[in-house]
Amino acid sequence: MPTLTYRDALNQALREEMQRDPSVFLMGEEVGVYQGAYKVSRGLLEEFGAQRVVDTPIAELGFAGIGVGAAMAGLRPVIEFMTWNFALLALDQIVNAAAKMLYMSGGQIRMPIVFRGPNGAALQLSSQHSQAWESWLAHIPGLKVVAPATPADAKGLLKSAIRDNNPVIVLEGEMLYNLKGDVPEGEHLVPIGRAEVKREGTDVTLICHSKTVSVALKAAEQLAEQNVSAEVVDLRTLRPIDEAAILASVAKTNRAVVVEEGWPHVGIGAQVVDIIQRDAFDQLDAPVQRVTQADVPMPYNKHLERAAKASPEKVAAAARRVLYLE
Amino acid sequence: MTATSELHVAMLRRMLLIRRFEEKAAEAYALGKIGGFCHLYIGQEAVAVGSLSALREDDYAISSYREHGQALVRGIPPGAVMAELFGKATGCSKGKGGSMHLFDASRRFMGGHGIVGGHIPLAAGMAFAIKYQGGDQVCICYFGEAAVNIGAFHETLNMASVWKLPVIFLCENNRYGMGTAFERVAAVTDVVEHACSYDMAAEVVDGMNALTVYDATRRAADRARKGGHPTLLEVRTYRYMGHSMSDPLHGVYRTKDEVEEQKKKDPITQLAEKLKEEKVIDQAHLDTMDAEIHSEVDEAVKFADESPDPDAAELYTDVLAD
Repeated sequence: MPTLTYRDALNQALREEMQRDPSVFLMGEEVGVYQGAYKVSRGLLEEFGAQRVVDTPIAELGFAGIGVGAAMAGLRPVIEFMTWNFALLALDQIVNAAAKMLYMSGGQIRMPIVFRGPNGAALQLSSQHSQAWESWLAHIPGLKVVAPATPADAKGLLKSAIRDNNPVIVLEGEMLYNLKGDVPEGEHLVPIGRAEVKREGTDVTLICHSKTVSVALKAAEQLAEQNVSAEVVDLRTLRPIDEAAILASVAKTNRAVVVEEGWPHVGIGAQVVDIIQRDAFDQLDAPVQRVTQADVPMPYNKHLERAAKASPEKVAAAARRVLYLE
Repeated sequence: MTATSELHVAMLRRMLLIRRFEEKAAEAYALGKIGGFCHLYIGQEAVAVGSLSALREDDYAISSYREHGQALVRGIPPGAVMAELFGKATGCSKGKGGSMHLFDASRRFMGGHGIVGGHIPLAAGMAFAIKYQGGDQVCICYFGEAAVNIGAFHETLNMASVWKLPVIFLCENNRYGMGTAFERVAAVTDVVEHACSYDMAAEVVDGMNALTVYDATRRAADRARKGGHPTLLEVRTYRYMGHSMSDPLHGVYRTKDEVEEQKKKDPITQLAEKLKEEKVIDQAHLDTMDAEIHSEVDEAVKFADESPDPDAAELYTDVLAD
């Protein structure tokens, strides 16, 4: 199986889907001539031309809405945001237009559109460029939200997203673009709504997604040295969320830590904890712990930034707490 | 009767249908049969009728929340529109949209949208799809003058012009955004001037005259079909009613005299008088037409009244497509 970066896996998904279906097009800032701000769209302009790889002005609200309109008329737009921080300007189109169209039209108008781009903090980009938006987006009925952690999942989920007849939010990890991994060639579809156990274990479940999967895997290695067997569950999709996978793992380990890049208040972890307390209450041997970004805007200073982010050490410490080891 | 006269009579009939429909909607609202917001179109009939009469059935139309008139002219049966206002299962959006979200995809009526200016990019998106698919249709987008202060308007006009999209931006300038006179909140009060910023063709149109609206729309549609050039039409009109059913006809933001003065330019009276002068119709003809429309609208109300509410299970359908 070929080894690809997360970036090239996304590129492969876009290329294959654009080859497969002429109604798929890519639109966003710097996607064409510049080859993508993060080079996800490298080579696509040359292969598919300017009609299908469309450079836009810096006008997120406007081009997101143009994507929604194009989907209303039968196309399958892939709208790239240079980062999800800038997509806040387009939330009206995502929430009020895309997510509502099928429902308020009484089922008449489908909305096959993908909104994608990097999400979460990178390095020393300070407050406005270091944010994780999944809890905002996963709140909205009418949307699907995926957040792949590996190159293979990035390819498989983006392909599924493009073929889906609903608006799908694809949250790419800004720090994951250079991550390498095995990626199946050709038709590789990861179903939306399915979590995956990325590491088997018996003592504690670490529930995570996107960049925090690698954080949790490192924590699991540290815990293994202390004779703790941690299971790592990668949610992969945040809406609809795979409740069965969460509950199956907790039934096995009786303990859970939820890890995310976002802030703690009303975060994804809060929803996961609700699922566990409701449907696995009797199986729990300890209260569920959460590891999140500190409840502050992201600072620029690298020491402060490190202190704000979820880390393997913080996750391992949380796991020891649910095991009453500290 | 010549083809032109026939068209003009048909346009008169469409305007009268909107007027009578909206009068009934106001009544039904007062009786509590219609809930939520309800924005009536009385006074502005010439805009929907003049513009949509100039377009083809395969052209797209999209509007704001004051869209009963466009929905009717587009050919959605009055019963299906009234039933939607009543929230019934037989409504054109299955009772899930209401007054602000009338849809009929089969007639390419792509909605009533409730966020001021939020649907303007959608129109350009449909025009983008037309061009992408190699079609010669156009998309017409209705919005009020208050939407011109929204960022979405400016972002969309820019991209529509850069990409030469076949879209007609039709601003229904009725002078008030809810209770705020446009000149109190707009540095440039001639909406048409904004076209200069985006190198776009534009016209100011008398919106109380259905025939001038028709002609201007034809010119814009030709421009769009031939070279994919967008047009901004500033159509000057006036709403006789309040912004919605919850505010008075006049009062704190405009005077009764102003409203009465505007009614002298009534679009229905204007066209009826013209057709009578031309001896195309006479008063008897007009009375018959009005009586027919009254009974058509009564039928619509009866249909809406007698239609069932949506099944309880409908709550959870149409959230996601298969």
